[in-house]
Amino acid sequence: MKPAPFEYFAPTSLEEALSLLQEHGSDARVIAGGQSLVPMLALRLARPEVIIDLNRIPALAGISEDGATLRIGAMTRQAKALASPLVARMLPLLRHGLENVGHPPTRARGTIGGSLSHADPAAETPTVMLAYRARMVIGGSNGERVVDAEEFMLGTFETCLEEGEILREIVIDKQEDEGTGFVELARRRGDFAMASAAARIRLDADGRCADAHLWIGAVAPVPLRCEAVAEALIGEVPTEEKLREAVRLIDLERFEFDNPEVSLGYRQHIAPTLARRALMQAVSRAGEMRK
Amino acid sequence: MKKHEVELTVNGRRVSMQVEPRQSLADALRGELGLTGTHLGCEHGVCGACTIVVDGDPVRGCLMLAVQAQGANVVTVEGASPAVGLSEIQAALREFHGLQCGFCTPGMVMVLHHLFTENPQPTEAEIREAISGQLCRCTGYQGIMNAAKAVAERHSSNHP
Repeated sequence: MKPAPFEYFAPTSLEEALSLLQEHGSDARVIAGGQSLVPMLALRLARPEVIIDLNRIPALAGISEDGATLRIGAMTRQAKALASPLVARMLPLLRHGLENVGHPPTRARGTIGGSLSHADPAAETPTVMLAYRARMVIGGSNGERVVDAEEFMLGTFETCLEEGEILREIVIDKQEDEGTGFVELARRRGDFAMASAAARIRLDADGRCADAHLWIGAVAPVPLRCEAVAEALIGEVPTEEKLREAVRLIDLERFEFDNPEVSLGYRQHIAPTLARRALMQAVSRAGEMRK
Repeated sequence: MKKHEVELTVNGRRVSMQVEPRQSLADALRGELGLTGTHLGCEHGVCGACTIVVDGDPVRGCLMLAVQAQGANVVTVEGASPAVGLSEIQAALREFHGLQCGFCTPGMVMVLHHLFTENPQPTEAEIREAISGQLCRCTGYQGIMNAAKAVAERHSSNHP
């Protein structure tokens, strides 16, 4: 299948991209890595008149340290972030999430910002950014604004990006002293998840949970935060039995997705197990860090 | 629709072509440059048959627009094969029954070519990861795995 015809622009600065976007309004779509948009063009699910390519804007790509934070350019390739020693050390959950994203050829082109802006509910990157409470830096013709991941991710293929805006950067607090885990179930490796779980655990000197975060993805339009599970773990030694108990507190009533291929009941059945496995990975990695 | 002039390097040769923005890189390689070794299966990024190497990375040729390849260095299956006969990877695929109909083979050859360029002695897990994005409906993958493992083993016996 071939895309419908469109005009193509390849700006070399964000300012130029924003002014093209303003000029063409809702007729235009921005292309990042193209791993979701190009299939939509080929299937003619998207028929923009104009494509504005961000791949010639070097300032939008790259990972850098900035004080207590890591700044990730929106056009940073998933493969680059996956291989980044900074990410491995300071944002391990991003690395473990990215290991589950697609395949080497799609990660070579696919970008962090593209995945977030596309907002597929089964995607891994949004769950990771929510779990890290990342800040999204958005460029627009009226300047820049910064929103929290929770304000950014609004629903299925829906973000807070307004017409004429481009996600330019993601800013995340470094988390060097915790263990993380990301576990998902898909029919084949690299396929979209039927459910996923992302966990962050920090242990104190006695091996008790000082901090805990658990998010479940791919079961509702936006990944779900499981506060009750996290609260039940804080102050406790997170044994396997304790984790098994805690994941019973996942609020399965908040799950929404129910398709002929993957029923709601099946997602509710597998999510606690995935959550326990993600928490166990996180606990075991947090334990290794204390050695 | 206005055509764009794109200059790039394909299999070591500088070439230029006129493309419509909606044309995929894989389509342009086949249609404009006559490099029909690259196969197009699904044309929306699922099957991996069109995988080529762009600037050192394996890439889905159907998910990159030809117009985006301005200045890029592209290697196709033609560039990963000797002028006469078969490459080491191709010969191993033949030897171990790593293909039947052959439609997916150019993509398989390219991801393996990239893998062995980066890592001459990959583990079984690394081979599986490298071919994970490639669909083959004939072989059940075992012949492909056996071929890739044989190439890795030959490399390790040559370079202990």
